[in-house]
Amino acid sequence: MKFKVNNKEVFASTGGRPFDEKKPLIVFIHGSGLSHITWVLQTRYFAFHGYSVLAIDLPGHGYSEGPAIESIEEQGKWIADVIDSVKIKEASLVGHSQGCLIALECASQFPDKIKSIGLMGGAGAIPMNPELLDLAEKGDPKAVDLMMDWAHGPAGHFGGHPVPGLHHINLGGSIVINGSVKNALGVDFRACDNYKNGFEAAKKIKCPAINILGDRDRMCPIEEGKKLADNIENSEVAIIENCGHMILLEEAGQSLELLKKFIRKNHPAE
Amino acid sequence: MDPKTYKFDTLSLHAGYMPSKNAGSRQVPIYQTTSYMFDDVDHAAALFNLERGGHIYSRISNPTVQVLEERVAALEGGTAALATASGMSAIFLTIMTLCNAGDHVVVSSQLYGGTVNLFRLTLPKFGINATFVKPRDTEGFKNAIQENTKCIYGELVGNPGNELMNLPEISKMAHDAGIPVVIDSTYQTPYLFKPLENGADFVVHSLTKWMAGHGSSMAGILVEGGKFDFLKTDKFPTMTEPYEGYHGLSFAEEFGPVAFTMKARAEGMRDMGPCLSPQNAWNVLQGIETLSVRMEKHCSNALKMVEYLSNHESVAWVSHASLKDNPDYELAKKLLPKGTGSMIAFGIKGGKEAGAAFIDNVKLASHLANVGDTRTLVIHPASATHSQMDEATLKLANMSHDMIRLSVGIEDIEDIINDFEDGFRAAKKPKLVANK
Repeated sequence: MKFKVNNKEVFASTGGRPFDEKKPLIVFIHGSGLSHITWVLQTRYFAFHGYSVLAIDLPGHGYSEGPAIESIEEQGKWIADVIDSVKIKEASLVGHSQGCLIALECASQFPDKIKSIGLMGGAGAIPMNPELLDLAEKGDPKAVDLMMDWAHGPAGHFGGHPVPGLHHINLGGSIVINGSVKNALGVDFRACDNYKNGFEAAKKIKCPAINILGDRDRMCPIEEGKKLADNIENSEVAIIENCGHMILLEEAGQSLELLKKFIRKNHPAE
Repeated sequence: MDPKTYKFDTLSLHAGYMPSKNAGSRQVPIYQTTSYMFDDVDHAAALFNLERGGHIYSRISNPTVQVLEERVAALEGGTAALATASGMSAIFLTIMTLCNAGDHVVVSSQLYGGTVNLFRLTLPKFGINATFVKPRDTEGFKNAIQENTKCIYGELVGNPGNELMNLPEISKMAHDAGIPVVIDSTYQTPYLFKPLENGADFVVHSLTKWMAGHGSSMAGILVEGGKFDFLKTDKFPTMTEPYEGYHGLSFAEEFGPVAFTMKARAEGMRDMGPCLSPQNAWNVLQGIETLSVRMEKHCSNALKMVEYLSNHESVAWVSHASLKDNPDYELAKKLLPKGTGSMIAFGIKGGKEAGAAFIDNVKLASHLANVGDTRTLVIHPASATHSQMDEATLKLANMSHDMIRLSVGIEDIEDIINDFEDGFRAAKKPKLVANK
């Protein structure tokens, strides 16, 4: 659905069900340069099982009006504005990669609005490889190829998508390429690289959190994910074997099961 | 710093399959099953509602077939693929997913005869009509686009005349008009040409041909490029508006770069059911493992046959884009740097009778209705593959009655040439042969 946040048009997938402000809300936040499409194997389930879902396209991504927001702190505030704009008092957040940093910021800045946070491939900081950052900021599509290479574990490189017929790396790459490498991916990578407040934000979070990690993740290694979880008071860690950074797609079934259990416990639907 | 993603030959052998998820089996297992166990009622409901991925019933998907789909998607650079029982069913599925009754398509006039009949005779029964345009008439494609046109369809190198479409130019015109381009790339395989990197939005193949390569198994596939944005136009409401069949699902909104494949599978395979058997999928996978090696030999043999035929006294003309005097020579050099393929069309002096004598007297070359076998194949299209076309359609396809279609195999070239010599010798005395 399309709606306005701070007078700018925003697109969010509602998981195939009409948005219902009476149901508990889950906001899904995608990773760098990506879009709501990455969440399709989680959002539809929750939308059909008692929740209202907003898998948002961050500003300047997917079908949301730009420009992209340049800092994680501001992106965190923007998520709170999203929740306000749909007139809901509190929501659970689910983030992937950069989306985890945004969820951390939002939950630390607006603790009253956030019921629980589910992280996939979450770390307290995501310093960027300088060459990759430079390529992305120049709009070079090679940045996308490198990102897709590093982001995917064995399933991404060999195959075995949870949805028959889909190709991990080409699908992920096309989501980024269909947007703007320079104005979305480049801005996102710079925002990640600049962000230093992850562990401080984590210490302020009181709501329950889960960090779902892939043991073959080269972008947010499990040590970094565990370190982040150690800084969140009420957190748990789940590790998925043979999985890279694209946990939400590479192991969509396992990650959905973990998320179902976590959200149903901490933010139950009627 | 370069990405370390696997390259073409490696993908031909490995893409789509992980032994660790299949009991360590190095070879792809053949999942000879109709259906798949659900974990519980919730799991079943989620699968049926596209809330999660997985297999339900082999008409919709099958793990062996899935390996083939991912492998071809990997080789073509596609976001997704959907394998079907034959190339024709892949084409039918693609058009039926894109079009509704009242829609129109712009189609190259040089296509496999079965495809011509699909567009000329069968699709009009469903209210989908076509305008045929000669493949070299680039502007003609643009001029044929109507308000209700839903795609441009063609073969890069047309069957059987071997004339090229200027795909990059035609794609620009299509995209300016808000419609996608569908290319049948059977003749090229992704080894020679990747339509998705040259403007096409969807690729279809008869995998029966060079991809499988051994003349053993029927199979087809649809590959999605992931770049055509259905939400940027109002021409495709069945892709963008809520679909009753899945509780109001908008395929384009939910699935973006794989929306078309998701709809073709969820709706098309459900309702039409042209599923590929796991055994045939496995056979095609065997072929794809050696695609590069075979295509190299196909192409090198084809070049030698082009040279041989071009200098033969019994040959009136030869059509192959590798020839410098061919109108498509420059375009082919640009689009097909690894080779222009192993299909050759040539005219035999003495017309239809000489052609019949030639075909009846070659022994090594097989006279049959197929192309892309490892073995050399010949046919007289006007009396076989394209015989159901009327004179006007044959003319539009630039087909003459003296035309022989040759699919060059990977035998020793000297043996193919010796065989052709026997054929040409007999063709010089067609009446004698006809009376034998």
